[in-house]
Amino acid sequence: MSAAEERHGAPPFFKGSCEKVFLRRFAGHMRDRKQGIGVAEIAVHGSAMEQAGSHDRTRALNAFRLGDKAFYWTTRICAILVLLLLGGIIVSLIVGAWPAIVQFGSAFLTTQRWAPSAEPPVLGALSPLYGTILTSVIAMAIAIPVGIGIAVFLTELCPLWARRPIGMAIELLAGIPSIIYGMWGFFILGPFLANTVQPFFIDLFAGVPVLGSIFGGPPSYLSLFNASLILAIMVLPFITAISRDVFATVPPVLKEAAYGVGCTTWEVVRHVVLPYTRVGVIGGVMLALGRALGETMAVTFIIGNSFRISPSIFAPGTTISAAIASEFAESDGLHQSSLMLLGLLLFVLTFFVLAAARLMLLRLEKKAGKQA
Amino acid sequence: MNFFKAIAAAGLIAASASAFSLPARAADITGAGATFPFPVYSKWADAYKKETGNGLNYQSIGSGAGIKQILAKTVTFGATDAPLKADKLDKDGLLQWPMVMGAIVPVVNVEGVRPGELILSGELLGDIYLGKVTKWDDPAIAKLNPKLKLPSAAIAVVHRSDGSGTSFNFTNYLSKVNAEWKSRVGEGTAVEWPAGVGAKGNEGVSGNVGQTRNSIGYVEYAYAKQNKLVYAALINKAGKTVQPTVAAFQAAAANADWAHAPGYYVILTDQPGEASWPITAATFILMQKEPVDKAASTEAIKFFKWSFEKGGKMAEELDYIPMPESVVKQIEKTWTSEIRS
Repeated sequence: MSAAEERHGAPPFFKGSCEKVFLRRFAGHMRDRKQGIGVAEIAVHGSAMEQAGSHDRTRALNAFRLGDKAFYWTTRICAILVLLLLGGIIVSLIVGAWPAIVQFGSAFLTTQRWAPSAEPPVLGALSPLYGTILTSVIAMAIAIPVGIGIAVFLTELCPLWARRPIGMAIELLAGIPSIIYGMWGFFILGPFLANTVQPFFIDLFAGVPVLGSIFGGPPSYLSLFNASLILAIMVLPFITAISRDVFATVPPVLKEAAYGVGCTTWEVVRHVVLPYTRVGVIGGVMLALGRALGETMAVTFIIGNSFRISPSIFAPGTTISAAIASEFAESDGLHQSSLMLLGLLLFVLTFFVLAAARLMLLRLEKKAGKQA
Repeated sequence: MNFFKAIAAAGLIAASASAFSLPARAADITGAGATFPFPVYSKWADAYKKETGNGLNYQSIGSGAGIKQILAKTVTFGATDAPLKADKLDKDGLLQWPMVMGAIVPVVNVEGVRPGELILSGELLGDIYLGKVTKWDDPAIAKLNPKLKLPSAAIAVVHRSDGSGTSFNFTNYLSKVNAEWKSRVGEGTAVEWPAGVGAKGNEGVSGNVGQTRNSIGYVEYAYAKQNKLVYAALINKAGKTVQPTVAAFQAAAANADWAHAPGYYVILTDQPGEASWPITAATFILMQKEPVDKAASTEAIKFFKWSFEKGGKMAEELDYIPMPESVVKQIEKTWTSEIRS
């Protein structure tokens, strides 16, 4: 919209100095002059205009000022509320976990035993920590190549008409509640894996020194591996959606130049698209990792909830969130406090992962800014 | 205008609601705790409401949480499967009594084995849960089951992953009959399981066992019956093989010495008697001796009294065992002497 059109659309009695005052006020607030004019116009048409005929200008101005202030404080209070909530959660977690921190200290991180009924109770975070990290790592190892592969296909190879349906199908995966994944994993995927995939790997690697114990038997309906696979499916949409978005930011001229000198699609993806979007993709992966670390319900269903560290990925295990979900209701005293401490650990772990993701995305933005 | 309409509507709704609940002027009784007796409590509550108009709001959030709620005085009564010891009751000013009994049965999923065919001893059950007996064709199992042809497959052990009164009674039994279990694992609502996978709730365990081949688990009897799971027979303290039947549960219950147990602290596992089912369990009610809301407390006692008198048959329909009459009389005496209303 040009300035002339603006003035044309404005009510006649606001032409001149009054309009300028409004424009300046809103321009100052919004920085974006164009948008400012639009908003001023709406405001003028709305409340102030009817009164403007009979009342003087200052009253109209005051009404705006009051509205502005109220808006400013409402939004500010909302923002502060979030910070207070976050702080409150951290503080209450620390307070709740304090007895366990005092009792176990750093040994909590290195103890494998989880015996709440022993005298005295021995509680250690090692096996849930191990389960949390292992399932997340395996899930990422599966989800990253598949997720990026889908994104490449969608942006580079897929015929235009199929892009939307496939993209939406992937995004719908993110909308399925985790309990559904849990039930599906429990009733369908678990038996399928235990009867087909697991025996195959067990036979394949039987007798091989290290792999033999990693893929050791017996097959189980509930295992770390099954949980990892479900997690991989759950985080796939995050990786795909973010990768697809950052792949779309690659300037076409770069890709066209590469195709122009005779590169294959693989070479374009490998040497142009991925290097250009590397940091963004890593950011997306980190967000997915954050989700995988904290996922509770689906994992609780299929991981087997057993506080043991086994060399085999086909053995049952537990994760921090699964342990809390299954034991919290019936816990008390030191047991409950230890579960709180587990929660705190997960909080810290997830915080660092998400902070790393933010940092990388920030670097990407800076890089993009320089190039622009 | 709209505002007045809203008020009028709210008033109408409130009026109609109070009209419906007029017979129940007394507030609904609130209780929270064990999941194990939830089916029978809710059945009683329905029948009681029909008869008297007074409702019961029972939340089956688990024994531990039930104890916490009654200590915090947020509910009229708490319910727990693992009874509190007398000194703890005195310290917190609580009154405890058994409300109804039930049984826990081992369930298996082994091809060709029908309900009640497999025979296990307590010690063997302990060894399986310790991870010492790992195959179905282990000589220890074969010795007790010479007629059964069991596969040479690994035993998939299933236990509860959440803290539970069912686990408490099961581990209590294993501690009584298996010395190694007692020293290595012990008893509790949540213990350090040496083997197997954990599943949430009775329904989780029955689901898992129903689905996993060559598995073994333990559930409350009603769940085994409803889900048509293959239960195993057990060898009891007297050395006799017993099937899980209501008669066997009652035999175990009849043996219990309630009269001389302070705070009714009796755990019904491994009871003597030739016909006794070895893993029988009572579930308990906890109330404040000096309740905050005396009216609600009186109402709750009325409900329990009614349940003892008229709820026996309903309990049996759901495979629970009502308390014997002599115990009920004693409990009623305790109410009048201990609770101030």
